[in-house]
Amino acid sequence: MPRLNMVQAINMALKEEMQRDEDVVIIGEDVGKDGGVFRVTEGLLSLYGHERVIDTPLAESAIVGTAIGMGVCGLRPVAEIQFMGFIYPAIDQIFSHAARIRCRSRGRFSCPIVVRTPYGAGIKAPELHSESTEALFCHMPGLKVVVPSTPYNAKGLLISAIRDPDPVIFLESTRLYRLVKEEVPEGEYSVPLGKARVAQEGGGVTVIAWGSMLHRVLQAVSGLDVEVVDLMTLSPFDEVTVAASVRKTGRVIIVHEAPKTCGFGAELSATIAEDLMLHLKAPIIRVTGYDSVMPLPKLEDTYIPTVERIKKAVEEVLRY
Amino acid sequence: MPEKIIESFNVKRLDILDEQGNADASLMPSLAGDDIKKIYEQFILLRTFDARALNLQREGRLGTYASVLGQEASQIGSARAFEKSDWIFPSFREMGVSITMGYPMDMLFQYWSGDERGIRTPDDLNIFPVCVPVGTQILHAAGAGMAIKYRKERKAAGVYFGDGGTSEGDFHEGFNMAGVFKLPVVFICQNNQWAISVPREKQTASKTLAQKAFAYGFEGIQVDGNDIFAVYRATKDALDRARNGEGPTFIECFTFRMSDHTTADDSSRYRNTEEVEDWKQKDPLLRLKRFMEKQGLWTAEFHKQTEDRAMKLVDEAVKKAESVTHPDPKDMFIYTYEKPTPRLIKEMTDL
Ligand SMILES: Cc1ncc(C[n+]2csc(CCOP(=O)(O)OP(=O)(O)O)c2C)c(N)n1
Ligand SMILES: [Mg+2]
Repeated sequence: MPRLNMVQAINMALKEEMQRDEDVVIIGEDVGKDGGVFRVTEGLLSLYGHERVIDTPLAESAIVGTAIGMGVCGLRPVAEIQFMGFIYPAIDQIFSHAARIRCRSRGRFSCPIVVRTPYGAGIKAPELHSESTEALFCHMPGLKVVVPSTPYNAKGLLISAIRDPDPVIFLESTRLYRLVKEEVPEGEYSVPLGKARVAQEGGGVTVIAWGSMLHRVLQAVSGLDVEVVDLMTLSPFDEVTVAASVRKTGRVIIVHEAPKTCGFGAELSATIAEDLMLHLKAPIIRVTGYDSVMPLPKLEDTYIPTVERIKKAVEEVLRY
Repeated sequence: MPEKIIESFNVKRLDILDEQGNADASLMPSLAGDDIKKIYEQFILLRTFDARALNLQREGRLGTYASVLGQEASQIGSARAFEKSDWIFPSFREMGVSITMGYPMDMLFQYWSGDERGIRTPDDLNIFPVCVPVGTQILHAAGAGMAIKYRKERKAAGVYFGDGGTSEGDFHEGFNMAGVFKLPVVFICQNNQWAISVPREKQTASKTLAQKAFAYGFEGIQVDGNDIFAVYRATKDALDRARNGEGPTFIECFTFRMSDHTTADDSSRYRNTEEVEDWKQKDPLLRLKRFMEKQGLWTAEFHKQTEDRAMKLVDEAVKKAESVTHPDPKDMFIYTYEKPTPRLIKEMTDL
């Protein structure tokens, strides 16, 4: 079985899904000859041609808006937005149309598109290349939001996202793109949307994380009696797996690199407080990015949660 | 090195039927007498529908409504040129397009009364639901064009928007996509001179809207939007080109919004009555009637029959729309995703 990094795993998922289904097409900036700025779509143009690997003009609203029209007409477009910080011009199309076409047409039309975009800090890039604004998309009914943390899951989740009948925002951590390699089987398998996984079992504390932060959490709690839940899908999130872990441990830490206020941690924390208050032994703690504008690379490592901050939070909840 | 002209363009304007009802035979599209009578019937039906909608709104039986008055030729003329299998992306003022293409009037009343069940397009039509955010639907037509082209279908996509819509960013992005990929799209702008209170000349410094197409590498044409024959012909020609792989066309229908912007608007705050009076002379129905009289196609008897029939159809539609049961609150949830999420199921059972 090949050992692949996340870029290669996602590339494999795209290649195989395009092979399986002629309706799957790729649309975005520099996705063709260049293979995408992170090379995620490398080689697809020569396999499937310009009709299916579409280099668009530089226009994010157009990429998503056109994908919506294609999706409504029965294709399965996978749109790429070059960086999450540049998805904002397309948010109108995502919120006003992709998310609500099924509803607005009372089920007559649907929008089975995937919008892939690299997110988060980690590549020392200019402003707006390190955004982690997943919570914006989780707030919008009609969208699904997926954030893989390993190559194996990235491939399986992307296959599920492409086959899903509803629009999926698929966030790929730039830091993870080439950080981890693992065995990724060729051929068909899928990892279901809406299901979390327990990345490390433990009994004393539950740490919930996703995407880029998962690995930092695993590093911080290795050797400790801590359960780590990798959420994988943020919307809709797996309330069952989260609840089972919280019932077991009674102590909860949520880690994300996005700002604290109205981050997805707030939703998790509120849900746990609402449903599981009596199982809690300690306050729920969020370890997050700060409520400031994401700094340029010199301060990036200070901004995003560190192993030390995560360790400190574990010590804190264990004091109760 | 001399300066030289490296590109220039000419904007065509198409007029066929004048205000006195004289048609230019050399430009006249091929329409039999019965077709023309049918068009007249559609006019009367649309006027009857529109007037009824305004009345119902005043009586509190309909929500905010956007009148079509004055723009009938632009809507009926263009809609008649499309096939049912074509993809249509309307804005919120396209009742004339929908009705002409066969969308049930009772469902339109239902929709404008705030019942979403009215917006589920019947299976034999590909009309997209009303688009409220101005201009955003232009990109969906580009996407539909992309899908049509990819599947090598002999279909086209048509998209409707207003003069105000041409200022939105998605107008630029959609036109650009269609030009670059030579998509089978017909862009139809009803330049009704106003975007709520903002006049056309405050929308753009371009002399015409039609000329904007040239910057995207395809043809734009201005037509008299109150001339049903000109609109029909321009749309038909554009569709022929689209179906033959010759790419997109932009049609600016030069027309006028005779009503307030919507029932929530009072246009006397920003425009004077002379302008409206001037445009009354250009009424699209009046000149069609004059044309038909000259051709011996119009009689008082025919008109009376047409009006009675329209009244009856509209009465029936209102009755049907008002006799539906109240929507089931579960309807709020079931179309969010194909399958409701666990949380939606919980919220539904909490009702
Ligand atoms: C993006 C957006 N901005 C503002 C509005 C509010 N609005 C509704 S219609 C309208 C004017 C539209 O003018 P035009 O495009 O000329 O179409 P018309 O109403 O004349 O048919 C405005 C500002 C809106 N619906 N969408
Ligand atoms: Mg207007």
